[in-house]
Amino acid sequence: MRELKLMKGNEAIAEAAVRYGVDGYFGYPITPQSEVMETLMAMRPWETTGMVVLQAESEVASINMLYGGAGAGKRVMTSSSSPGISLMQEGISYIAGAELPCVIVNVVRGGPGLGTIQPSQSDYFQSVKGGGHGDYKLIVLAPSSVQEMADFVGLAFELAFKYRNPAMILSDGVIGQMMEKVEFDEYKPRWTDEEVVKNNPWGTMGKTPDRERNIITSLHLQAHEQEAQNIKLQAKYKEIQEKEVRYEEFMCEDAEYLMVAFGSAARIAKKSVEMARAKGIKAGLLRPITLFPFPFKEIDAFSDRVKGILVPELNAGQMVEDVKLAVNGKVKVEHYGRMGGMIFSPDEVENALEELIIGG
Amino acid sequence: MIDVKDIIKPENLVFKKSKLLLDTPMHYCPGCSHGVVHNLIAEVIEEMNIQSETIGVAPVGCSVLAYNYIDIDWHEAAHGRAPAVATGLKRLLPDKFVFTYQGDGDLAAIGTAETIHACNRGENITVIFINNGIYGMTGGQMAPTTLEGMVASTCPDGREHSRDGYPIKISDLVAQLPGTCYVTRQAVHTPGAVRKAKKAIRKAFENQKLKKGLSLVEVVSTCNSGWKMSPVAANDWMAENMFPFYPLGDLKDE
Amino acid sequence: MKEEIIIAGFGGQGVLSMGKILAYSGVMQGMEVSWMPSYGPEMRGGTANVIVILSDESISSPIVHEFDTAIILNQQSLDKFEKAVKPGGLLIYDGNGITHHPTRKDINIYRVDATAEAVKMKSVKTFNMIVLGAYLKLKGVVEMENVLKGLKKSLPERHHHLIPMNEKAILRGGEIIQEISVVE
Repeated sequence: MRELKLMKGNEAIAEAAVRYGVDGYFGYPITPQSEVMETLMAMRPWETTGMVVLQAESEVASINMLYGGAGAGKRVMTSSSSPGISLMQEGISYIAGAELPCVIVNVVRGGPGLGTIQPSQSDYFQSVKGGGHGDYKLIVLAPSSVQEMADFVGLAFELAFKYRNPAMILSDGVIGQMMEKVEFDEYKPRWTDEEVVKNNPWGTMGKTPDRERNIITSLHLQAHEQEAQNIKLQAKYKEIQEKEVRYEEFMCEDAEYLMVAFGSAARIAKKSVEMARAKGIKAGLLRPITLFPFPFKEIDAFSDRVKGILVPELNAGQMVEDVKLAVNGKVKVEHYGRMGGMIFSPDEVENALEELIIGG
Repeated sequence: MIDVKDIIKPENLVFKKSKLLLDTPMHYCPGCSHGVVHNLIAEVIEEMNIQSETIGVAPVGCSVLAYNYIDIDWHEAAHGRAPAVATGLKRLLPDKFVFTYQGDGDLAAIGTAETIHACNRGENITVIFINNGIYGMTGGQMAPTTLEGMVASTCPDGREHSRDGYPIKISDLVAQLPGTCYVTRQAVHTPGAVRKAKKAIRKAFENQKLKKGLSLVEVVSTCNSGWKMSPVAANDWMAENMFPFYPLGDLKDE
Repeated sequence: MKEEIIIAGFGGQGVLSMGKILAYSGVMQGMEVSWMPSYGPEMRGGTANVIVILSDESISSPIVHEFDTAIILNQQSLDKFEKAVKPGGLLIYDGNGITHHPTRKDINIYRVDATAEAVKMKSVKTFNMIVLGAYLKLKGVVEMENVLKGLKKSLPERHHHLIPMNEKAILRGGEIIQEISVVE
């Protein structure tokens, strides 16, 4: 029987982490996500599941603590918000290069710079296109409800371990701070050390006589070796693109106009679709749940079915570039956005559909 | 004429490297202190019989490839981040032995925050700190520990404190923190010094078992390539110039 | 049924917790709910507000800019949100410190002097429950039994002895509403 609670998205992340059997959380306070670590510290999971929770001296330290824990084959995670995630980029690049699983939660706020603490989606490029140095990709999940904040913790870990790749939950101040009903699974036990060794034979759990030593590294000094590693990584990303696309359709069956939106913007756009429908406009919404892998094919399938696509985002126009890539000029695509922590209302988005797509 | 082959015979053996020291040819310059310290660590792990329980964290610097030389599990760290990586490992594997191996640029410049805070939290890890006063790997630039007046490629007329600041005594700094249990400064330029350094490293590993806090062993070292001296001259220069500023001995032993 | 509510006032007036109790009451009644606060430094002494949506169906946007009900606890919030009430909607305000009263003729306006009442009842902390009681009397979106369950869920256990006091405040709120203007 699943347990029903009313809680903030940030609190749900913490609760889900303990229930999923996460081994370690390392973090540093930053608004609007500090409730994640606060909730964990209040839960005292080290007394129940044995999960480690540690406040690091910086985001730089947190991500490198993750690097160490992930290298051993343990389930480790951190959370932060945009400026803190920027600080983590070096470590994220190493983790991707060394092919380690871990989960990073970004509760996005408006930028650039210190910016604002209000919600934004302006870290789409940073999350989906790289962020740190080198050719790598994160698996990126975009929750649009508190329930998904909870559910995606487990999903992110499953994908991260399946592909030995860091996974990011790209949320924002809306989903992090709002309260909704959320149902939780039963507590799962953490892996025992024996299970860690069995499931992840590559981990630095100590060199036993039955195997060669394990080395976690992203260093390949010889160019041809580094290229070989890159080719391997790219093959992995291709496989993820082929197998792991997730998205949701809302009133798309007979849609003449499509909206593509993720996360909190998708929640608002859903209401805009309802408003448009009430006016007799056949609108629909496609919500990418995985931002990498992005639902290119699935969006392209609408190219010859709809008269135009609106991409409402809480940024200056980031995901819209991928939507344009998906349809490759076959249908009109326009962006509508608010920036810096401002949030558009459902009727503003509905107006944008009428003005930019239907009237434009 | 005696050939090398005639000398390499079991009956002539007077010294054996640790079994955990792999046969990979080392990339270190002749005269470098890294090889000696690597062997000491391998010996300590072998003697304590903790090969299957030890994880090393390799830094960025000359010892970036340390994992090629000692037969244990290793984890790379980004420049300066070894204490954070080690924290992650040790917190999740509290009964294993975790050590970092870091140079002066790694530990005392770019990684100062990670160093100080791992010390201050009293992480139950061992930190081996090679201080040779210069950036070896990148080609001899000024380090945080470069002595005043000492020449490096980014202070070609010698370190000048009004421009470059002062050399930092990081061991003295962290010895003040309640989280450290053992802070010592050693060298490996003479057989006697090597024996003492090994004892210090052993103690620093033993402390992990006792969960006493962080142990840091600084090894004042030479970089004859970076210093542009012969190995012998570098040892003499170190004794004459480095030891007065970085005096050997225990700074803290609780 | 769908009810979109804004609760706004000074930080420290219990705006967010009133919203949380209302949302939890909705959960206890089996409804879909969302609670979306303004957050950040403005919480400390400045204005605080929260959007609570209670609905029989799943809630699309947790952020709306027009409301069925506005519960207003200070002048700044009244100035900001009077115009955001849907025509025919409800505005409840506490008269304490209000100099420019609401003027709209196309909405239902009620006043509840909860600040004064809370002082009279010698329980200043239950001020927000008096306001909540007034709202529940006017719009019975959730039943009292579920409100009490909601209170129990949203208060930490160490505060459960305060529930009877809160219940009294909620009932009192229902008694002291003054009708200001009502749309026919």
